[in-house]
Amino acid sequence: MSRLVLPAPVTVRMEGTRTGQPPADGTPASESEPAVSVEPGPGRLFADLPVAGEWRSLARHRATYRMPPPASSRPNGRLIELVGRAGLQGRGGAGFPTARKLAAVAGGSDRRVVIANATEGEPASGKDRLLVTRLPHLVLDGALLAAHAVGAGEIVVCVDRTSGEAARALRRALAERREQEPPSCDVRIALTPPRYVAGEETALVHWLNGGPAKPTLTPPRPFERGVDRRPTLVQNVETLAHLSQIATFGHDWFRQAGTAEEPGTALFTVSGVARPIVLEAEMGARGGDVLAAAAAPAGERLQAIVVGGYFGTWMSAKDLEGTPLSRSALAPFGASPGAGILVTLPESACGLLETARILRWYAGESAGQCGPCTFGLPALAKTTSSLAAGRAHSEDVGRLHRWAGEIEGRGACRHPDGAVRLLRSALSVFASDVEAHLRGRPCEGSRRPALQVPASSEEWR
Amino acid sequence: MRRRRQPLVLTVDAISCDGHGVCAELLPEWIRLDDWGYPILKAGAVPPELLDRARWAVSNCPELALSLRPAPLGVVAAARTERT
Repeated sequence: MSRLVLPAPVTVRMEGTRTGQPPADGTPASESEPAVSVEPGPGRLFADLPVAGEWRSLARHRATYRMPPPASSRPNGRLIELVGRAGLQGRGGAGFPTARKLAAVAGGSDRRVVIANATEGEPASGKDRLLVTRLPHLVLDGALLAAHAVGAGEIVVCVDRTSGEAARALRRALAERREQEPPSCDVRIALTPPRYVAGEETALVHWLNGGPAKPTLTPPRPFERGVDRRPTLVQNVETLAHLSQIATFGHDWFRQAGTAEEPGTALFTVSGVARPIVLEAEMGARGGDVLAAAAAPAGERLQAIVVGGYFGTWMSAKDLEGTPLSRSALAPFGASPGAGILVTLPESACGLLETARILRWYAGESAGQCGPCTFGLPALAKTTSSLAAGRAHSEDVGRLHRWAGEIEGRGACRHPDGAVRLLRSALSVFASDVEAHLRGRPCEGSRRPALQVPASSEEWR
Repeated sequence: MRRRRQPLVLTVDAISCDGHGVCAELLPEWIRLDDWGYPILKAGAVPPELLDRARWAVSNCPELALSLRPAPLGVVAAARTERT
């Protein structure tokens, strides 16, 4: 039997700072890649991160990240147990214990499938594309190991079809492997529609089965009935990268970083700053430290931060400063690290206007399947927008609160719940702004949008 | 001890529901409509005295989106607590 536990690699150094390597100005990314800058340095996933455009060969990848995934088509309980001991939780946003997901799929019928999810529909996230583009071999290691753990014969790597560079890197990495380390199972790349909910696991399965990339009713969840009705593991690519390092370096090593309940490191995308940045930090790193490492803000004081992405929660800069970025520490604020996203709002901007803009985006990203989402989200966006413009009355705010309570939990997926959470946190964090705007005195910032909110596409297939 | 009948809950398939509003007309004690005409269902087990009309509402849903199902474990507990 192959040994799965190896001594800790010397390339990993996390001590000294809880935020991993301090990123600095990097090379500007090319057009198809999000504007993200990084600097290679000590880290775990980022132990040997190339700069934009630089290629890491499979041989060099092996030198740093070590062991190639073993080949087998039968479920491997030992590997699942190892992941369980490491305490790895999903890095796609929901934070579900990875070992439990693996065990559920391994326990299903034969002919299992693994989906490596790099769709990253969250506009404020860049870490999955970065990982796939710069470290495709690490992602493939993880996917192959996950397939090994659950006994899957097929891997589908899902990448948003607008991130061409990620797909190219994956193809190149796959070509290298076919020559030097033929994969133990079928690996294919699927280019998904550029929609936010397309990356939701039931939507992905629906789309891979020939339908539109829209969520379906659960149960069944993909682990019960997924691609071609087979038990399907849907796992975020960062989670898979961690899984590969756990298999290579062991659960004790993994637990040397992070907190006892939420071990390991995580990738964080910090934007709203001069140049968006992806950095690796330990779970539980202080919010202020991560922001400082991202050099945020550039010359201006921070007002608030959307924690967890547009599918997240507003927190005041003061609250976030000393709060560890972990599920348990953020929970009292109604927040979660989500997929590791921090969007900073400068002092001069208007939180209500930005919330209205994000809600508008949310409404556009609805699959239009469930009434409360289809009709409720545009209503939330419109009313928040008039509030930002100083044209709303206190009854409108009351209505926003009532709608929030009524919409929550009534969609087939969590899309409307995300909008509701963001809105509620805005009404609370920007409470004094709400008062001022209701008195007909909207702030200066309400005329100048600050955050980048993309337009929605109409493609579902 | 007499065996209790298994508690039932009403659920709506949010994707199939088209907001016809028939259910809220037939079972106003348990179902109301939001501002856009889509049903908001009370949580928990449907009380025995409403079960007949709940079944009536289920069979009259134009989209077959409404269903009456055995309550999940947590709801059973909640229903029992309510009674005491």
